[in-house]
Amino acid sequence: MTKPAIRLRGLRKSFGLNEVLSGIDLDANEGEVVSILGSSGSGKSTMLRCINLLETPSAGEVWIGDEMIELTTDKAGRSKPTDAGKVQKIRERVGMVFQSFNLWSHKTVLENVMEAPIHVLGRPKAEVREEALALLDKVGIAAKRDAYPAHLSGGQQQRAAIARSLAMHPDVLLFDEPTSALDPELVGEVLRVMRSLADEGRTMLVVTHEMGFARDVSTRVVFLHQGQIDCQGAPDDLFTGGGSERFQRFAAPS
Amino acid sequence: MDFQFFGETILILSAGIPLTLTLASLSVFIGIFIAIGIASARLWGPVWMQKIARFYLFVFRGTPLLVQIFIIYYGLGQFEAIRDSAAWIVLREPFWCAVLALALNTGAYGSEIVRGGLLSVPQGQIEAARACGMSPRLGFMRIILPQAVRQALPAYGNELILLCKATSLASIITLMEITGLAAKLISETYRVIEVFAAAGLIYLAINFILTRIVSFTDYRLTAHLRPASEVLLEIDENLTGANP
Repeated sequence: MTKPAIRLRGLRKSFGLNEVLSGIDLDANEGEVVSILGSSGSGKSTMLRCINLLETPSAGEVWIGDEMIELTTDKAGRSKPTDAGKVQKIRERVGMVFQSFNLWSHKTVLENVMEAPIHVLGRPKAEVREEALALLDKVGIAAKRDAYPAHLSGGQQQRAAIARSLAMHPDVLLFDEPTSALDPELVGEVLRVMRSLADEGRTMLVVTHEMGFARDVSTRVVFLHQGQIDCQGAPDDLFTGGGSERFQRFAAPS
Repeated sequence: MDFQFFGETILILSAGIPLTLTLASLSVFIGIFIAIGIASARLWGPVWMQKIARFYLFVFRGTPLLVQIFIIYYGLGQFEAIRDSAAWIVLREPFWCAVLALALNTGAYGSEIVRGGLLSVPQGQIEAARACGMSPRLGFMRIILPQAVRQALPAYGNELILLCKATSLASIITLMEITGLAAKLISETYRVIEVFAAAGLIYLAINFILTRIVSFTDYRLTAHLRPASEVLLEIDENLTGANP
């Protein structure tokens, strides 16, 4: 019996008059790796950011596991979460990896990984440190543990950022274009780490432009167009002529 | 120039150093909280708070410190309500009036420096803090403030020096710090050059030490901003105790 890890129902998001998401229904079950594709401006990053409430949806439902994030409207008519504390609790279970890494630049790699488990979860330092070292080893940058982010290559920074989000033992990992800011020769090392996470059976939602990753690693591909899901399905179907005509044009090697 | 007298003067004026340093450090300590408060209000407060913060800045940056000291020391005592209130315990003392004026003043200037520091923290890093479940308060304490402090420190060092020198205005309201003692000595001896030269020398020495402390602190706090080669060299030294 597969359990849903994330459910979106009628998700809408507008910035001013500009509607970026116009009604998204999406289910991601535990252990699924969902690649989210779409041309720029299709709303894929916004959708991902709505899941951990970095953007507040204008309407619709966001479910993380069996918890729904309740929304209300403030005096100015903007929507906001009813319970900010609950949003923080939910974020502890949803890891996020950003396009521009966003490591904390005043902390070393090891400190970056240890920060949230110690100060958000209140776990004992020695235990967290041991685990953090193991995570850095796993993503292949144990030797860089005392370096500052500015002293690392982009690929190393992104792997450190992945270790940082793993340190929270998240139920779901969100990747927001994790390789788009990298030099081509550094993309591979990050994708390898992501592939190994997928092999562990982690639940992942990946906004990406890496067709290879979408085709080979993900269990499902979702194609967004103008704020709506244009088509979705198993990569084997979509990349062999299934899916919409628009997707075929999008995925065709140019 | 009478060098023997000059030497004696330095000794006499040195008695004022503790008061100068107390005035400076107390007002810096209070001022830094004012600065952070005003800067936060301007950046994240509701509109009415931003307005108050801007008005505060307008008033305290726009008027001379000397005038502020006069108003607080001579002016406030004229109101019966203030003389009858608990605040009078503080406001009747020239020492506390000086501290108050200096703190309010440096708080205003400092808030602009702090605001620049707070703004320098990349939005992405703040989002990363939110994304791993930090409350706004925790994110501020752990991610924003430490980086803002590092960014603001060089400019704040400037403000510390200015404040250190501004304590000399406290002599106008009877405080016998370095300048106060100097003025007294001149009125007794009429030897302006030696006395003020000695006073200047003492301020120079204090500020020399102060700038050393600031740049040392700055160096220790900004390892992440220096080229990797330098930092790695340091780590090696820490490990082996030898410079490779």
